[in-house]
Amino acid sequence: MDSVQTRPAFRVVGRSIPHRDFEEKVRGEMAYADDARMPGMLHGKIVRSAVPCATILSIDTIEAHALPGVRAILTADDVPYNTISEAVTGLGMDQITMPVLAGSRVRYQGEPVAIVAADTPQIAARAAELVLVDYDDVPGVFDPSEALDPGAPAVHPDGNVLVAWSIREGDAAAALAAAPVVVEGTYRSQHVDHAYLEPEGGMAWIDGDGVLTLRVSTQVIEHAREVARIVGLPQSKVRVIGSYMGGGFGGKEDMTLEPYLALLVLHTRRPVKMIWSRQESLLARPKRHPFTMTYRTGATLEGQIVAQHIQIVGDAGAYPLLSPRVLFAAAVTAVGPYRVPNVDVSSRAVLTNNVPTSAFRGFGAMQVTLGYESQMDRLAEAVGLSPQEVRRLNHLREGDLLPTGETLPTYPALDEVTRAALEAMGPGPETDDPRHRVGRGFATNMQPYGRTVFFADHASAWVGYEPDGSVTVRAGVTDLGGGQTASLAQIAAEVLGAEPDRVSVHIADTALTPLAGGTFATRQLYMSGNAVLQTATELRDAVTPVAAELLGAASDDPLVFADGAVVVEGTDRRVTLAELAHACEDAGVDPARLSTFRPPRGEFDPRTGRGKTFPDYTYGTHAVDVDVDLDTGRVRILRYVACHDVGRAISPQRVEGQIQGGVVQGIGYALSEEIVIEEGNNQSSLFADYLIPTSADVPDIETIVLEIAEGKGPFGARGIGEAPVGPTAAAVANAIAAAAGIRLTQLPFTPERVLEALRSAGERGE
Amino acid sequence: MTEKQRMAFELNGTPAEVWAFPFQTLLDVLRVEAGATEVKYGCGEGVCGTCTVLLDGESVNACLLLAPQAAGRRITTVRGLGTEGELHPLQAAFLEHGGSQCGFCTPGMLLAAVEFVASADAPGRDEIRDAISGNLCRCTGYTKIIDAIEGYIASRTGGGPHSG
Repeated sequence: MDSVQTRPAFRVVGRSIPHRDFEEKVRGEMAYADDARMPGMLHGKIVRSAVPCATILSIDTIEAHALPGVRAILTADDVPYNTISEAVTGLGMDQITMPVLAGSRVRYQGEPVAIVAADTPQIAARAAELVLVDYDDVPGVFDPSEALDPGAPAVHPDGNVLVAWSIREGDAAAALAAAPVVVEGTYRSQHVDHAYLEPEGGMAWIDGDGVLTLRVSTQVIEHAREVARIVGLPQSKVRVIGSYMGGGFGGKEDMTLEPYLALLVLHTRRPVKMIWSRQESLLARPKRHPFTMTYRTGATLEGQIVAQHIQIVGDAGAYPLLSPRVLFAAAVTAVGPYRVPNVDVSSRAVLTNNVPTSAFRGFGAMQVTLGYESQMDRLAEAVGLSPQEVRRLNHLREGDLLPTGETLPTYPALDEVTRAALEAMGPGPETDDPRHRVGRGFATNMQPYGRTVFFADHASAWVGYEPDGSVTVRAGVTDLGGGQTASLAQIAAEVLGAEPDRVSVHIADTALTPLAGGTFATRQLYMSGNAVLQTATELRDAVTPVAAELLGAASDDPLVFADGAVVVEGTDRRVTLAELAHACEDAGVDPARLSTFRPPRGEFDPRTGRGKTFPDYTYGTHAVDVDVDLDTGRVRILRYVACHDVGRAISPQRVEGQIQGGVVQGIGYALSEEIVIEEGNNQSSLFADYLIPTSADVPDIETIVLEIAEGKGPFGARGIGEAPVGPTAAAVANAIAAAAGIRLTQLPFTPERVLEALRSAGERGE
Repeated sequence: MTEKQRMAFELNGTPAEVWAFPFQTLLDVLRVEAGATEVKYGCGEGVCGTCTVLLDGESVNACLLLAPQAAGRRITTVRGLGTEGELHPLQAAFLEHGGSQCGFCTPGMLLAAVEFVASADAPGRDEIRDAISGNLCRCTGYTKIIDAIEGYIASRTGGGPHSG
């Protein structure tokens, strides 16, 4: 056998196989969070703060209680441990906690104040309206830059800077002072809603042995532990089952309705269902962080970057949630996929009385793409190079150091993804309409996959042959709809030789599936994919001697696990997986394994800003042609090509789907989506006012899936969940600049903003 | 509070009879009283199309209708497509082309597509794009949904395996 195997052949991995869950979905049979009910079930409703910043003087529930069919009304005093206290940074910087129900003080509009359980959703909603909360408004702060003023109202007692990260390398100030070319820009992003089509929902009940059981649409079943602490139960008495989600995108990463369901169930001793309306989801669920990003980029006359000075301020809203980590990811990736010898990045999360912000696909690393990729185009213009040339000159290369002092983990295929995307675009756009301008832009990004390595992340999986030779996998992953479960089935089938449709993957149940750590941070293919690969490989190794004996094979005869059987390679000697499973029982070999995948840990020192951060990155380039209507300011996407190096596509069709979906979310972010908040009051709590792209707003998204550089996932895969949402806004900004000569820096690029920029450019005589 | 009223309609080819308050939406009655949980709530404003059903063959947002407006009429949900365990060819096309990710928009999207392909002859991709623009999808970016509908139409006109 050849000792060098560059591209091993796979039977199952790399094929686009429809999985059971997708068949259930096209049949309409998938049971989501709202699709189950129980006898005697009550309906829960949250009473939310009508005002953004106030003291609660009193809560009067008398009238609401009097409504027939109302079974419980709970307020802060009824919560055994009224604190949501997950340690968020992992670096010991967490002081501010969040109440389950606001007690004496509300800090954002929509904050939960009381909860109601009633016989019907209508009665619960009516009762919630009848709960009279007497608010005494106190001055709030709604703009992060104002929140930084010394005299600003304090959102929490310890000041409004929630966290400040700093990453420094070399001497950025000196290098900028000496640099012959300096380009500057300030870029602003907006509050964005996840807008998954399934609003938050779930049902809970008390099951056998007094176990409080919640079946919810969540990305993280491990919140069971947090729920236990809040309601005062042992953690062994709380079970969370994650239903297949109708989308998540990070919005179901923090708890949603778990503590409220738990409290109502324990109080009423009856099953309770709670489904949030679209309007309360838009009003009160955490959003994507608005960032203000100020970049100063220094370079040589030839276009070589010598320094980046970057200041990032993110609006955390009224409570920390995951803001410290989001701003951390922003800091680490702020210079983009480029070599920069002198770096000074500061990244702060600032508290305000706006709706809290937290995880959202891209997680801080996506917002900064508008910063560094707009800067690259500005630099290209300043030094007289093409945007592609200036990037190629500065691209990270294999083995380079990042500003944190760590070595780039794997090969960054930056030249390759950029060339592929631009070549696919072909000749540039043209128009003969004098009132339109067309142009092309592109942007490249690096998006981490996997949690920061100081979290000591791990994921477990149970894999076993059934007596009939089919394969069962148990894994605590939750399924967002991105094929999380399906890819695990493919990996198990690949290793264990089962037909893919003979593999069942049981997921997302803290009572029954080994914990996998939640579906976020583009970590599940990396973590649970590796866990299933590792466990299945251990299992195959354990049963191989049994198979060899059945087959009368010599110890060095190569055995192949494929097509429901084990064969001696190159012969017709064959034993079915069912026969193998039986033989294992007879031989006393357990045909099942449980094992845990633990990637290498690393340390990071927040004082020096140096150490190990993310396990690895996924690289991509998106290119776009736009049309700018000079009369209306409308920007239309004419063509779009997105290229990513995924290392290995486990299921190519789903990789394409992730890219296409990410891009269209990115187009919404770039052009139309914004939760408008005025003095803390949400102006966009109707879906009619929150404009996610329709099919008529976007062209076909052409994808190029490259398998160039081996990543750290199973079979060399890189994560693709978050990466494709990153480059879009910057690519569109660069295309608008190329088309109309205007550099837009404030998202979204609405017709009003485009017209304003055109007017300003006209007045400047450009 | 008013009393529940008897309401009869045809659901996926079968007579159905439920008791419902006249102020309940068709969406609510289908899901809660008729057990048709395949009809999904997405916004309650008629914006997202997630709750799309066919009423006498025409697509409507079930969240915008009061249940009595559907009395005596023919309602089709995604479960009314296809026959006896066989997928409707359009469902099969969604599966083949990856037109579903989280799947929450899929029941409504399929019905909008079914209505469209019934009247469309050989539409281009932009016509398909317009036809489904009332049904939002947050996962797929629409390209594969359009692939699926186009693929179905091609197989139908080409007399392929999905014809008829």
